[in-house]
Amino acid sequence: MKLIRLRYKKWFNVLRDGFKSNNPVFVAVLGICSSLAITNTVANAIAMGLGVTFVVMLSSATVSLLRSFIPSKVRMVTYMVIISTYTIAVQMFLQAYFPDIYSALGAYVGLIITNCIVMGRAEAFAVKNPVRYTLIDGFASGMGYMFVLVLVSIIREPLAFGTLLGYQVMPEGFTPWVTMAIAPGGFFILGVFIWILRDWAKTYE
Amino acid sequence: MIDLLLDSVLSSNIALTFILGMCPLIAISTNVKNAKGMGIAVVLVVTLTAMINWPIFQLLKATNTEQVMLLAFIITIAATVQILEILMEKFLPQLYNAFGIYLPLITVNCVVLAVSQFFVNRDYSFVETTTFAFGSGLGWLLAIVLVASLREKLALYGDLPKGLRGKAIVFLILGILSLAFIGFRGLSF
Repeated sequence: MKLIRLRYKKWFNVLRDGFKSNNPVFVAVLGICSSLAITNTVANAIAMGLGVTFVVMLSSATVSLLRSFIPSKVRMVTYMVIISTYTIAVQMFLQAYFPDIYSALGAYVGLIITNCIVMGRAEAFAVKNPVRYTLIDGFASGMGYMFVLVLVSIIREPLAFGTLLGYQVMPEGFTPWVTMAIAPGGFFILGVFIWILRDWAKTYE
Repeated sequence: MIDLLLDSVLSSNIALTFILGMCPLIAISTNVKNAKGMGIAVVLVVTLTAMINWPIFQLLKATNTEQVMLLAFIITIAATVQILEILMEKFLPQLYNAFGIYLPLITVNCVVLAVSQFFVNRDYSFVETTTFAFGSGLGWLLAIVLVASLREKLALYGDLPKGLRGKAIVFLILGILSLAFIGFRGLSF
């Protein structure tokens, strides 16, 4: 009984950390490139979030499986190869089933490889932990990331295009706020978000 | 050619309009000296890897195996960085002491991989690829040095609300800079 509770505790902690105290975007400020570049529509944000979750989970699990075989000198390159294999899978899946989203995301799908979250979880967590925890940790980091992406995109999409998930939400005669659709909008929204969240969680630097 | 160079440095600045290479940009822009070191290392690696990846992509296209493009590119990038590090340490120890610590970080800088993907998407020739890669590297260098100098000044004179200190203010700085750089599009290169 004690054993079960302990295990539950670790699972739960890992899951909660990925969302809150260790959230990749707000606290660690990782994976910013894609979280700003593609969050001008909610659909893109969801696709990117799921893609990253998939890649983080499977690459962490693979790294964890192979952790006793990978020589530490060449570990970065090995991680890169593992991560890019899964990224190519995501890319081909999107290309085949969601061509619209694929063309909207463009080069950013391939850039999941260099998303620091994936590499960071492999380096910080997967090399030290058994496979079952890496899956949970990958899921938590990926979902924590997706949560932020969706939050930012929910603000940006109505302001930039007057729509939400493709449906018109703004009143007739609303002039789209073009800045929100391009880079500066992303920077401002995320900056203010981090400010609010840090004040709320009382985590200052 | 000049148009392409100016466009990639200013009006389509890779950091400020495509939002690439943000992790190192935010992490290393606390002082100008480190920012410069990182920026110069990026210019070097971006140009070199784009020049190596271009013939590799032509080969992949000829043998109809474009699916493994990403894998091939990332291996080239990791290998180039590693070789550059070893060569630098052996033959240019002074330079290595100045820039060496930034080199391993570049493998995960998305600018490098993105430039290689952009030349594929835009169907550039070899000369165009080299120019574009060099320009993008310079643009990134410009962005990181600008942000670092602003942050240095802010650290000296700025009186910010607690929650804005550190990372959050960097995003606001980047947002304003990004608006300014998008303004360059009015020049229509």
